[in-house]
Amino acid sequence: MRKLTLTIIGLYIGLLAAFSQTSKTVDSSKYKNRALTFEEANFVSSYYHQDGNNSAVTGGIGSEKLTDISNSIELKFYNWDRKKRKNSYDFELGVDHYTSASSDMIDSKANSSASHADTRIYPSANWTVENEQKGTSFGAGGAISHEFDYMSWGGNINFSKKTKNRNGEFSAKLFTYLDNLKLIYPVEFRPGGVALRHEDYATAGRNTFGSSFSYSQIVNTRLQLAFLVDLIYQQGYLGLPFHRVYFTDNSEKVENLPGKRFKLPVGFRANYFLGDNIILRGYYRYYQDDWGLKAHTFNLETSIKFTPFVSLTPFYRFYTQTAVDYFAAYQAHKTTDTYFTSNYDLSGFTSHFYGTGIRLTPPKGVFGIEHLNMLELRYGHYEKNNGMNSNIISMNLKFK
Amino acid sequence: MRKSNFKFGYKSVLFLFSTGLALLMIACSPVKEYQKNRINDGEMVLGNRKVEKTELSFQSYREGASGANAGKSGGGCGCN
Repeated sequence: MRKLTLTIIGLYIGLLAAFSQTSKTVDSSKYKNRALTFEEANFVSSYYHQDGNNSAVTGGIGSEKLTDISNSIELKFYNWDRKKRKNSYDFELGVDHYTSASSDMIDSKANSSASHADTRIYPSANWTVENEQKGTSFGAGGAISHEFDYMSWGGNINFSKKTKNRNGEFSAKLFTYLDNLKLIYPVEFRPGGVALRHEDYATAGRNTFGSSFSYSQIVNTRLQLAFLVDLIYQQGYLGLPFHRVYFTDNSEKVENLPGKRFKLPVGFRANYFLGDNIILRGYYRYYQDDWGLKAHTFNLETSIKFTPFVSLTPFYRFYTQTAVDYFAAYQAHKTTDTYFTSNYDLSGFTSHFYGTGIRLTPPKGVFGIEHLNMLELRYGHYEKNNGMNSNIISMNLKFK
Repeated sequence: MRKSNFKFGYKSVLFLFSTGLALLMIACSPVKEYQKNRINDGEMVLGNRKVEKTELSFQSYREGASGANAGKSGGGCGCN
């Protein structure tokens, strides 16, 4: 009887201790906030200016001068659901405004036509639910892009799964863009040679269906890699109605390209932490499509940490591509050609892009502003071997 | 019309990728959470920086290749 009493008392004390321990653990570390919580906001602003002398609007000759001012704001929120999964919500709104000398030449009779400038607005929303215990996540999103002659609807779903030891992750994404463009022809191809009313332009469709697959792997405490493959299929009107083409006999038509295109890019990323202050970020991509274009891209960025909160990021990017089968220069196409373009973005060329960035993440906030978590400024100069060149300056402000 | 004359084809790239992947799988040593202070650094992220957003956009317009960089590979005009 004495033994039994002592056993019962022992069990009671044990249970009491166990429950008191459990309740402490729940209160201190396993609490998950189910209310929608602000995570961060990003404001990205860029100024881009380009020049060149191979505009597609004027048949491969003429000014490519263009200026674009781009601003976007992204808001991120999260909460935890009943099953203790993290739900992330990402809302973004972007606005670009450009002025373009080449677009101005769609209507070459006017001193300055309506097409010399346009504004593009592109909102998007994405949702992701992440199960930390299983190491899986699932997400979906939608996007719209609108400008005067172009409307695009985009959608995607994605899935990812981490390996058992959390050192590797496989991701898959399916996406589509369903586009509609107004057929704005050069002025000499319009009936009566005048601009139509907004609603009177004929339209054409362009659809993109794609999938992205990636696998990332932590190799050791300093090195991690990622392998990326995309499969992209496009169908519909893949040229642009205001790109002129001049033939050997000096006759003129608008660009005509096949109604289908299959793209297959394969990429590789490697990030390495060298010593205590330098990070090397490398990227390589091989690209091939069924229009005959093959391309290589190499990118290397070095992040030099002067302090844990200030880093300088010089970068260099090399790119080379072959021409598509349907490209020829001004007055070089034969009238017997079925498909033809004089768009130099589809010609064979080599380009170099280099510049530097600076990243500030002081613990008390940038300029002492507590919620301004990060400021990043970046400048880059881009040049093709056909003379086209551009400069871009960008800024990212992150608020937390 | 300029054409680059490289002959580095798709099969070579796939061979290099698969060989590299196989070698890396062998070379990998498991890294515990407490050993990930460098891997978890904000600049070690295997992706693009937010500040590169417009750069990726203009590159996809000014060049024939796109994709495999988590950037846009369709949608929107980009015609200027």
